[in-house]
Amino acid sequence: MNAPENLRYQQSHEWIGTENGAVPVGITDHAQEELSDVVYVELPAIGASFSKGDPVAVVESVKAASDIYAPVTGTVTEVNQVLEDNPGLVNSDPYGDGWIFKLEPGNPGDIGELMDADAYRAQFGQ
Amino acid sequence: MVDFAGWEMPVQFAGIIPEHRTVREAVGIFDISHMGQLFVEGPGAAQWLDSMLTNDLAALSDGQGQYSLLLNERGGVIDDLIVYRIGAERYFLVVNASLREQDTAWLGEHLTPGIELIDSSDRFAAVAIQGPRSGDVYEAVRSGLQFPPLPPRNGIARDAEETTIICRTGYTGEDGFEIFFPAQDADSTYGTLLDAISHAGGQACGLGARDSLRLEMGYPLNGNDLSPDRTPLEAGLGFFCKLDAAAFIGREALLEQKRNGIPSRLAAIAIIGKSPPPRAHYPVLAEGQRVGELCSGTLSPSLSRGIGLAYLPADLAGIGTQLEIEIRDRRFSAQVVKKPFAKS
Repeated sequence: MNAPENLRYQQSHEWIGTENGAVPVGITDHAQEELSDVVYVELPAIGASFSKGDPVAVVESVKAASDIYAPVTGTVTEVNQVLEDNPGLVNSDPYGDGWIFKLEPGNPGDIGELMDADAYRAQFGQ
Repeated sequence: MVDFAGWEMPVQFAGIIPEHRTVREAVGIFDISHMGQLFVEGPGAAQWLDSMLTNDLAALSDGQGQYSLLLNERGGVIDDLIVYRIGAERYFLVVNASLREQDTAWLGEHLTPGIELIDSSDRFAAVAIQGPRSGDVYEAVRSGLQFPPLPPRNGIARDAEETTIICRTGYTGEDGFEIFFPAQDADSTYGTLLDAISHAGGQACGLGARDSLRLEMGYPLNGNDLSPDRTPLEAGLGFFCKLDAAAFIGREALLEQKRNGIPSRLAAIAIIGKSPPPRAHYPVLAEGQRVGELCSGTLSPSLSRGIGLAYLPADLAGIGTQLEIEIRDRRFSAQVVKKPFAKS
């Protein structure tokens, strides 16, 4: 299962970037595979603030609608508008062009508290 | 895997959309072992079935089948099924998975002397093969599996020992057939069929594609779109209720509804433009007021837009009525359209 080393993860299968400042958030390769065929992404409003664990966006396949939860507390600074016309990027490039929104963490140290790639992969016995 | 009436069923294999397209363009195979198979036998079997089912068995010759409904006294739907005439005193019924026990109990309660009701569901495994290339697949496996010739549309064919039954029907809007074969041979027969399917450019399909395919055709799903509290007249299935033929349980209620006016109708609703996939229980609004909820909904892979079914007050169910579907507090414009949503 593909889980890049430079990202952090939470149990509900979101990933978050680790660079300084606003960081991208998306769903993991495992999550996109489970959902399959993403047909709609509901993006949050720019400037909206969320606490860790709040539902921020919704990713929908024909099969199911899935909430995307904030991995850390923060404010949305940018959304991936390309997904409105091309939601399939969440499947084809979940860690790249399929990012969903960018979050400015309230406390940047929170990201380091999340699972690293090894810990995330360990859940799948890998 | 999801639990479906006690059966572990795959929702999807390659993905609902590719599986859906495969069936529209080539051929797909669905495991339908969960469907129930009943035989009704004996002198007077036709008369008795006509007293239980809405359609008219007199229309059938040997080897032909018809869609029919089992109603309660109130005219509500217990189950929808297909009944095939094997002979004048022998009929084969294919019923819904989750309703098998209820159906056999209801039929059993009303059984008259001399008629035998035999639940053979455990004897058969079953698959549906659907799509424009289904006939090619059949010809490819026929001699190897010792299948009888493919029957005509809505027909039934059996091998000499009646270990295998083929019904030319389906739930996708495409040409195709259902095969009922010995449960103990399930693995090897399924393997042979799947090889032929792959060879014809097809693939295995799950419950997800089965649902989007049937919904594009506007076919109701019992439990979602049919219920003991709704009549087939409300569900738009009046064609399958022969009110001038033999009396059946629920007929009086249907006649009364016809006299008094059918209060609600199952409307086919299409969202105009882009939206999230509509799903069951999403509210339906007319002029800002809630007038019903979807009983089925999906994003149509063929049309790339949201479609669904909802019971609406009869005056709002006419084609062209402007509606809105509420999805997570946002409202999307929609209208009542003609069935089927998509041409097969």
